[in-house]
Amino acid sequence: MDFSIFLQQLVNGASLGSMYALIAIGYTMVYGVLRLINFAHGDFMMVGAFLTLFGYSAGIPFELSVLLAIVGSAFIGVMTDKIAYKPLRDAPKISLLITAIGISFFLENLFIVLFGATPKAFNAPEYLTKVFHVGEIYLPISVIIIPIVTVLILTFILYILYKTKYGMAIRALAFDIPTVKLMGVDADRIIMIVFIIGSSLAAIGGIFYAVSYPSIDPLMGIIVGLKAFAAAVLGGIGSVTGAVLGGFILGFTEIFVVAMFPELGGYKDAFAFFFLILVLLFRPTGIMGEDLERSRF
Amino acid sequence: MSFLKIDGVTMQFGGVTAIDNLSFEVEKGMIYGLIGPNGAGKTTIFNIITGNLYPTEGKILLESNNITGTKPNKIVYKGVARTFQNIRLFKSMSVLDNILIGFDAQAKYSYLEAIFRLPRYFKQEKFIDKKAKELLEIFGLTEFADSKATDLSYGVQRKVEIARALATNPTLLLLDEPAAGMNSNETSDLADIIFKIKDKFNLTVLLIEHDMKFVNKMCDKLTVLDYGEKIFEGKPADAIVDKKVVSAYLGDFSHA
Repeated sequence: MDFSIFLQQLVNGASLGSMYALIAIGYTMVYGVLRLINFAHGDFMMVGAFLTLFGYSAGIPFELSVLLAIVGSAFIGVMTDKIAYKPLRDAPKISLLITAIGISFFLENLFIVLFGATPKAFNAPEYLTKVFHVGEIYLPISVIIIPIVTVLILTFILYILYKTKYGMAIRALAFDIPTVKLMGVDADRIIMIVFIIGSSLAAIGGIFYAVSYPSIDPLMGIIVGLKAFAAAVLGGIGSVTGAVLGGFILGFTEIFVVAMFPELGGYKDAFAFFFLILVLLFRPTGIMGEDLERSRF
Repeated sequence: MSFLKIDGVTMQFGGVTAIDNLSFEVEKGMIYGLIGPNGAGKTTIFNIITGNLYPTEGKILLESNNITGTKPNKIVYKGVARTFQNIRLFKSMSVLDNILIGFDAQAKYSYLEAIFRLPRYFKQEKFIDKKAKELLEIFGLTEFADSKATDLSYGVQRKVEIARALATNPTLLLLDEPAAGMNSNETSDLADIIFKIKDKFNLTVLLIEHDMKFVNKMCDKLTVLDYGEKIFEGKPADAIVDKKVVSAYLGDFSHA
C-alpha cells in the first residue's frame, strides 16, 4: 500500500471511528448509571438522521434542522426512559433489557410507518459534500469535520464528567443510587441528563453517517448500533474513554482490512463481531475496564 | 422542646412488625444511643428518618416540623445525614471526590453556568473544594485525598463516610454502627472525632452501636429495642443493669 493510499484510509478510518465512538458513548453512559444495555440506543442515530431529513425537506434550513433533530432525539430518549425504563428501576435487569429490545422494534417500525421502508436520499448541503484533492488523497469536507467535531464533543463530555457537580453525580450513581440520593442529588434528574447526552450524541452520529453515506432507512440503526455496542464492550463498558477508543479501533480496522484485503470487503460488517467475540473470550472487561464492579467512567 | 421526636412509629413489612409503636425524643446537642440485638429494628428507624421507608403509622418530627416521608434527596435540606452499617462509599472514586459529592446541594450553579463556565461555576467549585479539604483536615484524612476509597483500611473508610455525611451540612447526624469492625485504638480515636465534630458543627447525634463500652462512653441517653419494641430508655449506666436489657442480649436465665 503506498503512502497516499495509507493516508486516505487513515482519514476514512478516523471519520468512521468517530461515528462509532459517538454512538458508543451513549451505550456506555447508560450502562454506567442503570446497568442497562440500551439496545434501543442504535435507533437514536436513525431518529437523528430522519428528523434532520424531515426538517429540511419541510423547508427548514439544514443547520437548524440538525439542531432541531438533536433536540428532538434527546427528547425522545428522555421520554423512552421516563415511560419505558423508569417504572422498571427496581425490576430485574433482564426485564429492562427485554424492554429495551421492545423499544428498538417500536422505533424502527414507527419510522417505517411514518416514512416508508424504502431508503431515502439524504442530500446534505453542498458545502458539506465538497471534495478536496490533496495530492492523490480524496477529502470530502465531512471526513475532516467529523473527527474534529467528535474530539470537541468528547472534550466537553469529559469536562462535564470530571469537573462539574453533575458529572460527579453521574459517576457516583454508577456505584450506589440510594446513597447518592442522600447527598441531596436528584437521581432522576441526573439519569435524565445521561439520556440527553447519550441520545443527542447518537443523533449527531446518525447525522454524520447520513452525510457520509447519503442514503438512510429506518433500519439503519441496527447494524451500526450493534457495532457501536461492540466498540463499547471492546473499550470496556462503563468507561467513556474506553468507548471512544473502541470506536476508533473498530473504525480503523474496518477501513484498513478492506483496503488491504479487498476480497474480504463483503465481510466488513463481521469484523466488529469478531472483535466482540475475542474480547469476550480473552478480556471480558475490555481495554479500559479493570474490574466489572470497580471501574466506571 | 425536643429536637428529634419519634412519635408512635410502627413499621410493618407484610405480616412482620419490624417496629412496634416506638416513641422517643432526642434533645438538641445530645448523643443519643439506639441499641438492641440484631434484627431489633434499629436500622429500620434510620431508613424511616431518611425517607427510604414510609412508616405504617406514626410521625417523625424534626424541630417540630413533620418530616415523615420526605424523599431521601430532600432530607438533606432538612439537615439530616447518615452513615451505613456496611460502608457505602463510591468505591473507585477518590476520597476527595467522595467528600465533594456531599457538597452537591451547596454548590449553587446551574447547567448553563457549568456549560459556559461562567464565573459562578468557578467560584462555587473553588468554594466547595476548599470546604472539602478543611473537612479532610479535621478528620486527619488529608494524606488520603487522592487515594481510591477501596484502597483504604476499614477504619479510615468509616471516617471518610462520616466526613461525607458532614459535607451535606447536617444538624442531625445518624451513625449506623460506626465502631463496627474497629480495634480498640481505632474506636477511641473515633470517639474523639465524634465528640470533636459534635461541638464544632453543633450536631445532634443518633447512634446505633453494639459495643456497650463505646455506647457508655459516648451516649447521654439511650433507647434499647428488642423485636421492634422499646424495652428501656434512660442513662447507659442504668441500661447495663436493667433486667430486661440483659435478658434481651444474653437470653432469659430466670427459667433455667
